[in-house]
Amino acid sequence: MTGTTISAVEAGLGPSGLYGVPLVGEGHPLGKKDFTSDQEVRWCPGCGDYAVLAAVQSFLPELGLRRENIVFVSGIGCSSRFPYYLDTYGMHSIHGRAPAIASGIAVSRPDLSVWVVTGDGDALSIGGNHIAHALRRNINITILLFNNRIYGLTKGQYSPTSEAGKITKSTPMGSLDTPFNPVSFAIGSEATFVARALDSDRKQLTAVLRAAAEHRGASFVEIYQNCPIFNDGAFDPLKSPDTRDEQMIRLEHGQPIRWGEQGRHGLGRDPRSGQLVSVEVADVGEEALVVHDDHNEDPAYAFALSRLSDPPIGRTPVGVFRSVRRPTYDDMAREQVAHAQSTQGPGDLAQLFAGKDSWTVD
Amino acid sequence: MLKQTQQLHRVVIRLAGDSGDGMQLTGDRFTAESAVLGNDLSTLPNYPAEIRAPAGTLPGVSSFQVHFADHDVLTPGDAPDVLVAMNPAGLKANLRDLRHGGDVIVDTDEFTKRNLARVGYETNPLEDGSLDGYQVHKVALTSLTVAALEGHEITKKEAERAKNMFALGLLSWLYSRPVEGTEAFLRAKFAARPEILDANLTAFRAGWSYGETTEDFAVIYQVQPAPMPPGTYRNINGNTALAYGLMAAAARCGLPLFLGSYPITPASDVLHELSKHKRFGVLTFQAEDEIAGVGAALGASYAGALGVTTTSGPGVALKTETIGLAVTLELPLIICDVQRGGPSTGLPTKTEQADLLQVMYGRNGEAPVPVLAARSPADCFDVAIEAARIATAYRTPVFVLTDGYLANGSEPWRIPVIEELPALQVSFATEPNGANGEFLPYLRDPQTLARPWAVPGTPGLEHRIGGIEKADGSGNISYDPANHDHMVRVRAEKVERIAESIPPLEVADPDGDARVLVLGWGSTYGPIAAACRNLREEGVHVAQAHLRHLNPFPSNTGEVLSRYDRVVVPEMNLGQLSLMLRARYLVDVAGFNRVRGLPFTSTELADHLRTVVKEVAGA
Ligand code: SF4
Repeated sequence: MTGTTISAVEAGLGPSGLYGVPLVGEGHPLGKKDFTSDQEVRWCPGCGDYAVLAAVQSFLPELGLRRENIVFVSGIGCSSRFPYYLDTYGMHSIHGRAPAIASGIAVSRPDLSVWVVTGDGDALSIGGNHIAHALRRNINITILLFNNRIYGLTKGQYSPTSEAGKITKSTPMGSLDTPFNPVSFAIGSEATFVARALDSDRKQLTAVLRAAAEHRGASFVEIYQNCPIFNDGAFDPLKSPDTRDEQMIRLEHGQPIRWGEQGRHGLGRDPRSGQLVSVEVADVGEEALVVHDDHNEDPAYAFALSRLSDPPIGRTPVGVFRSVRRPTYDDMAREQVAHAQSTQGPGDLAQLFAGKDSWTVD
Repeated sequence: MLKQTQQLHRVVIRLAGDSGDGMQLTGDRFTAESAVLGNDLSTLPNYPAEIRAPAGTLPGVSSFQVHFADHDVLTPGDAPDVLVAMNPAGLKANLRDLRHGGDVIVDTDEFTKRNLARVGYETNPLEDGSLDGYQVHKVALTSLTVAALEGHEITKKEAERAKNMFALGLLSWLYSRPVEGTEAFLRAKFAARPEILDANLTAFRAGWSYGETTEDFAVIYQVQPAPMPPGTYRNINGNTALAYGLMAAAARCGLPLFLGSYPITPASDVLHELSKHKRFGVLTFQAEDEIAGVGAALGASYAGALGVTTTSGPGVALKTETIGLAVTLELPLIICDVQRGGPSTGLPTKTEQADLLQVMYGRNGEAPVPVLAARSPADCFDVAIEAARIATAYRTPVFVLTDGYLANGSEPWRIPVIEELPALQVSFATEPNGANGEFLPYLRDPQTLARPWAVPGTPGLEHRIGGIEKADGSGNISYDPANHDHMVRVRAEKVERIAESIPPLEVADPDGDARVLVLGWGSTYGPIAAACRNLREEGVHVAQAHLRHLNPFPSNTGEVLSRYDRVVVPEMNLGQLSLMLRARYLVDVAGFNRVRGLPFTSTELADHLRTVVKEVAGA
């Protein structure tokens, strides 16, 4: 548990999420192989989980962390098999509870990089409470939510992110519930880091994962993941070369928000209501566009971006929606201990037990 | 005036008033004075479930009972000798428990028409003869307090509120208690409010002087110190003892203590207590719910801490799935269930022992968990240490059962010398254990069957564990039928083997020829032991044994049961231990069951046992 650790304070962003986690040190670089366990991967052929696993296995070595100081915790569902395939420490726990277990790990051990792998049912149905509270506490963990908008492991019931009216085995006449927008949910839960990525876009996924790992606090990454068996093509409009430019908005910090062929559409603000509106760049000029600022403290901004996928705009942003600084629960909990010890001295059990009203019998 | 002094061996006092009258504080202080004097004692607080029930009503009555004596005390006492009633509600709710001929001290100022009507008294019990069988002391507590505080810079309400200190002063005088501790306590408590401190001290001393001067109390009483083994003592309640035991256990294990918990009556005070001790490195995590409380504790255990969760029955129900996970992960975890009346919300502030089967069997699959139960408030300390020993040595979740009666009741505790507490050696895995240099997370210790505790951060031991059945040794996912059968049996065997490390069940049978054994568990120890003592004094021979380990049972349990013609098992449930004993040992134990939310009285137990002994003798 010793060795060099990341100590650099990123300019303006505070300590890294990896601060305190030992590094492998020079001369011993790890590779993808080092992060691949000997277990046979058992997802269905063509499952989007494969792409995410490959991206994570390739990207983890870049963080330079010691393998033994990385912990993946998952719940239940197809995606929750993830930890078995990574040669790190891992726990495949029970349905919905991974954030709670990860919280206990992160609070007790600042030298660990703690990851939660979950799905739309695991995180937003049975485990909705835990995910919300882990985010609001800003515990230093990275949550990867694989959203395939369906229950895969139980063979195809609708999930809390399935579109309303979904016909499944349990909803033969169509589902009746309004779905969650996971990014909106996270922002509403006081999350300090919220992003979205696509399973099939390795470059963008890796960039988002890196930013999430480096963020100190709870990082929430929704990964759109295709389930070819029960909900094939759910994200095709964002993936097909014919439609993706029109349908998807790539968020980049410091850049005006544009999409469409050669960025011809842009995001502007209605001068009277202040609401985000779609504009034609040719008509209004680039200066009129909203410049993306993921450090914007006001959650209403990121929330408004998360709603762009709804009508009337109906376009889906990917990238980092929100990345703001707030002290983490686990750092503060440890600080309270350190403060108590430095002001009152380390505890003396004998003195504590004796209390104020003791007496002695000879 | 000169008063007569009378020696008593034991006294039971109950203080009763409105929940705003400060009865618990008054009781605590009187208890502390008695403890410092050297009496043995036992206390029983009883408060309403509502935080502030309407003033002056029966549901709003809060009471505190203390039994102090010049000899070993086992229970808070069946029937009070003295009832202090701060209002008509306090009198009405408690009079029926008072010993016939006992003393009643009442605050006459509160016996107004309106207050009497509020609790359904049509006539004033102080005047209509309904207290004829008792020694009634009518004291105008409120107005005497207000008069004593004349000239103090406080409001009338604040002056009235000090009447509990007046009452405490009077009782302290009446029973010749030392008062320095209470004065020091008040000084510390009201350090920031000198005017309130002054008022309380004045009221306290005025109560004492009132006793000295009034003619209503002609006798003062003394209760001599009880002989106790040498040592330093303090008074302690079960929740505090449990918290201290957990801290001591973590220190002896050399592990940080991590509590994941969600507030619930009557367990919350353990969370409160542990939250105060950050300087000891204790981390407390108030989770979003019961499930997250135990989840975080399990996560902390996985990461190398002593993970603990505290709750009551409804919380155990919610934690069940995570406890099952801990069983299959084979990680240490302590789950403390401070039992209360059930089912469902039940009686949150009352005591019961009806979670035994829940903690034994309330999980899916074959999921054995060791179960321990504390027998007295101070015993919660020792049981916490024993739980940590089992959890860490066998890598298993362990249940600690206490209950509302132990949690809030108190008794003198001989403060242990830390270095003399059991040394709990914990060693984490540091090296690969496989033949080819690989790490096998489920390779077991041949003796305990415990698997290695390999905490993250240890190089070379990266491994994956989970709730899915795994192959013994490698820990890899396995759906193999033979392996599953093997694993189910190994987990059961591991828990059974704990019996090899626990002391045999001891039987107290001073006469040596008892044919009836009374076997209890948990908080019934005091009333059972008191009943047995009384019976033996009468010449009735009865043997007593008490279980601390409920899973596994001590190895000699079956043999002990077989030695007696009749085994009586008193429980505050409908026969849960009875069911376990019958199933395990095929012994026709006879339950004696009461589920009233209150502890047994030693009298009812003695009455029952006397009948059983007679029956067996006649058979
Ligand atoms: S059911 Fe769907 S999500 Fe699950 S493994 Fe198969 S393809 Fe992947």
